[in-house]
Amino acid sequence: MNQLKKILLIILFLGLFLVLDLLISPRMNPYYLQILIYCGINIILAVSLNLINGFTGQFSIGHAGFMAIGGYTSAAFTFYLGPKILETLFLPLWFSKPLVFVAGLLLGGTLAAFAGLLVGIPSLRLRGDYLAIVTLGFGEIIRVFILNIDAIGGARGFSDVPKYTSLFWVLGFTVLTIVVVRNLVYSTHGRAFLSVREDEVAAEAMGINTTWYKVTAFVIGAFFAGIAGGLLGHYLQYLHTNSFTFIKSFEVVMMVVLGGMGSITGSILAAVILTLLPEVLRPVKDYRMVFYSILLVILMITRPQGIFGVREFNWDWLKKIFSRKKAQAEGA
Amino acid sequence: MALLELKNVCINFGGLKAVDKFNLTLQKGELVGLIGPNGAGKTTVFNMITGVYPPTEGEIRFAEKRTNSLKPYKISAVGISRTFQNIRLFGELPVIDNVLVAFHQHTHAGLLASVWRSKKFWQEEQSLVKKATGLLAIFGLDTLKNEISKNLPYGQQRRLEIARALATEPKLLLLDEPAAGMNPQETAKLMLLIKDIQKKFDLTILLIEHDMQVVMGICERILVLDYGVTIAEGPPEKIKKDPKVIEAYLGEEIH
Amino acid sequence: MQELIQQLINGITWGSIYALIALGYTMVYGVLKLINFAHSDVYMVGAFAGYYSAHWLGIAENPSVPKAILVMLISMIVCSCLGVIIERLAYKPLRKSSRLTALITAIGVSLLLENGGQLVFGADPKFFPQLIEGQEIWSKSGIVISNLQLIALIASLTLMGILQLFVYKTRTGKAMRAVSYNIQVASLMGISTDKIITITFAIGSALAGAAGVLVGLNNPKIDPIMGLLPGLKAFVAAVLGGIGNIPGAMLGGLIIGVAEVMTVGYLSSTFRDAIAFGILIAILIFRPAGILGKSTTEKV
Ligand SMILES: Nc1ncnc2c1ncn2[C@@H]1O[C@H](COP(=O)(O)OP(=O)(O)O)[C@@H](O)[C@H]1O
Ligand SMILES: [Mg+2]
Repeated sequence: MNQLKKILLIILFLGLFLVLDLLISPRMNPYYLQILIYCGINIILAVSLNLINGFTGQFSIGHAGFMAIGGYTSAAFTFYLGPKILETLFLPLWFSKPLVFVAGLLLGGTLAAFAGLLVGIPSLRLRGDYLAIVTLGFGEIIRVFILNIDAIGGARGFSDVPKYTSLFWVLGFTVLTIVVVRNLVYSTHGRAFLSVREDEVAAEAMGINTTWYKVTAFVIGAFFAGIAGGLLGHYLQYLHTNSFTFIKSFEVVMMVVLGGMGSITGSILAAVILTLLPEVLRPVKDYRMVFYSILLVILMITRPQGIFGVREFNWDWLKKIFSRKKAQAEGA
Repeated sequence: MALLELKNVCINFGGLKAVDKFNLTLQKGELVGLIGPNGAGKTTVFNMITGVYPPTEGEIRFAEKRTNSLKPYKISAVGISRTFQNIRLFGELPVIDNVLVAFHQHTHAGLLASVWRSKKFWQEEQSLVKKATGLLAIFGLDTLKNEISKNLPYGQQRRLEIARALATEPKLLLLDEPAAGMNPQETAKLMLLIKDIQKKFDLTILLIEHDMQVVMGICERILVLDYGVTIAEGPPEKIKKDPKVIEAYLGEEIH
Repeated sequence: MQELIQQLINGITWGSIYALIALGYTMVYGVLKLINFAHSDVYMVGAFAGYYSAHWLGIAENPSVPKAILVMLISMIVCSCLGVIIERLAYKPLRKSSRLTALITAIGVSLLLENGGQLVFGADPKFFPQLIEGQEIWSKSGIVISNLQLIALIASLTLMGILQLFVYKTRTGKAMRAVSYNIQVASLMGISTDKIITITFAIGSALAGAAGVLVGLNNPKIDPIMGLLPGLKAFVAAVLGGIGNIPGAMLGGLIIGVAEVMTVGYLSSTFRDAIAFGILIAILIFRPAGILGKSTTEKV
């Protein structure tokens, strides 16, 4: 595909998302719309964490911390600087508002990425469970710091964040995250990430700068988590540190594990399932989390590799399974 | 000019002196054997050359350049590659990806180019796959390129490790017991193959073997290590008769 | 100065409780190389076991020291059983799985206990009965020590002393150390590793149960998620002291306890929960083996 075609395709997709947004959003039951938006945000979180945990083999349970940084930074930007920028820019609002929003999201993502850099550094010396605890600790520290900054609401929470997030933006960033992570993973860099997961010593001996790749995985993963945080804040118009405890991080870890460490399609599917599941279980609300945790334990004992393992969903694979079943049936 | 030079290299693990005052000079194009009983410190020598453990004392030079404190990936970049005694493939990855990973330091596509999938990116990918397939063919693995590497039989895994090591385009290749676990016929075939690739890729090779018989046939020169100390060095005929070597191998089978 | 000493005393009280919990982490990590996330919830269950047994036995009405000890023993036994059940049901099937799988399972068990606890005990905080009447036993120049603080300290030190004796002087204790050192070799030497693992869980959980009661005495508000943060901090204490090291856990617990109380006293109470993690990150970067631990290199 040449450059021009690619750009046209992107514009086409953006147009499609816009049309979808304009057609669906006003007509859809707001409750369903909200679930849809949560699905998108969770997909961004799960796919980006999969880059760190699944493909690079690190173990982060601090994703909520990056999300918080992105959410609060972008909200602070659109809340404090946004109105001033809108005033000074002599542009129509339909154009300048999205501009401010995207700038805020990118700023949030960048700051989260910077935090990812800081968290990534201990990952150079620590493995597995120790790293997990450090990332968890980092997430909590971030939360405690946010609690102490009054300008962004502190313990009261950050309210009156402008409502910029719509289906269009969620679709756009979800697809962007998936495409970026997928393309990265299926490239020479992706193989480098994977080699770190498979065997760090061997990877290093084959010329892979494992340090760089580990930190890069954290930086990219954190960037998208930051974007997800920004989307959430500008959807709910309210941010509170209680939404970013390590329970949230665990939730994302569960999505990655359920889908399969190292499977993008798995992460997507698991993110959708785990977003819908609590809604489906709403009638038995009190038992919801109990059910959830039993599910996790049973899953780990019986199928620790998750739904797809390290593979991706694809039609050939499905066909193969079916044809094998058919062959078996015929043979019997 | 020596390609690789180790001068009085020592390493301690806790109280244990695993390698003591080790000296080695490799000229370009040599094929040298490093033998010794189990636990003699052979693998540790490799680990020091490739930067896995920095030596406690002494100096390592490759092509005149001091490599003591370089990280392993930098050492790979100057042209030293290795295999592992306990196979360390990227087990969950397909055979071909194992080789593709090792091309990494010679690739040019940046992160952004990979995400954008530019034309250059595709061209590079294609040429890498072609190169990898060619390399695998030498080891009779090209037809298995899409298999998950941990599912290969043992002998093929060992050969894949060599193919992967070659993909980094080394000048010096370190092979750590490449014939371990193979039967005599397989071993003999592998030794011929090693000789072959040495010529083909213009390599200098340092070969660890536990069983001295195996290397007698192909190495011009052999070093014998015991308890971290070099106890003999010279051509195979001389080594075979050396009383110290015989003693070191006492209790083990000598043919 | 007085204030500093007072803070130090409060810190040591807290620290000794962290240390008790930390022992369970350290012991389990020693034998299974697993951060048993559920351990913090075992501690929570310990507090509730104390709460209910005190009510059932009618101890809440007329407190006394022997009765308090009885309550503590009951809660230690309950926790012991819980720990062993967790090990059998959730961790044993995973002996051959990756450490990450086991870790995620541990997180799952922890979530289960917390949420199960909210169902069984109710989500609202409960007030731990006064098993022993609180008194000031020392009050001079502005420094106050209560009998409850002293009891917490003495009880933790005693339990730790017993544990240390057990691990170093008994056959089972020696087997436990062998398993920690190298589980494969230990099993080749004829040690029944499964039995040792069970015992480890039983003892570690019993100590958590004791910690639950001691916390209830000093800080009577208990709820199903009370284990979350103290648990993490106790783990930090274990890492700080050197994981797998019993005196290390003690030392680590005390340091964390004191650091925390000092943070509250001199900085801001909101930073209380951050300081332990700050220490953790620093220690892992500068001395990953912990203060009393030995560093090892991976064999290639
Ligand atoms: N990382 C390490 N830590 C401690 N001891 C080690 C380490 N690596 C190797 N050793 C010890 O060094 C000695 C030499 O080992 P090695 O080089 O593997 O022997 P060989 O390859 O000749 O069989 C052995 O006694 C081994 O136990
Ligand atoms: Mg060896």
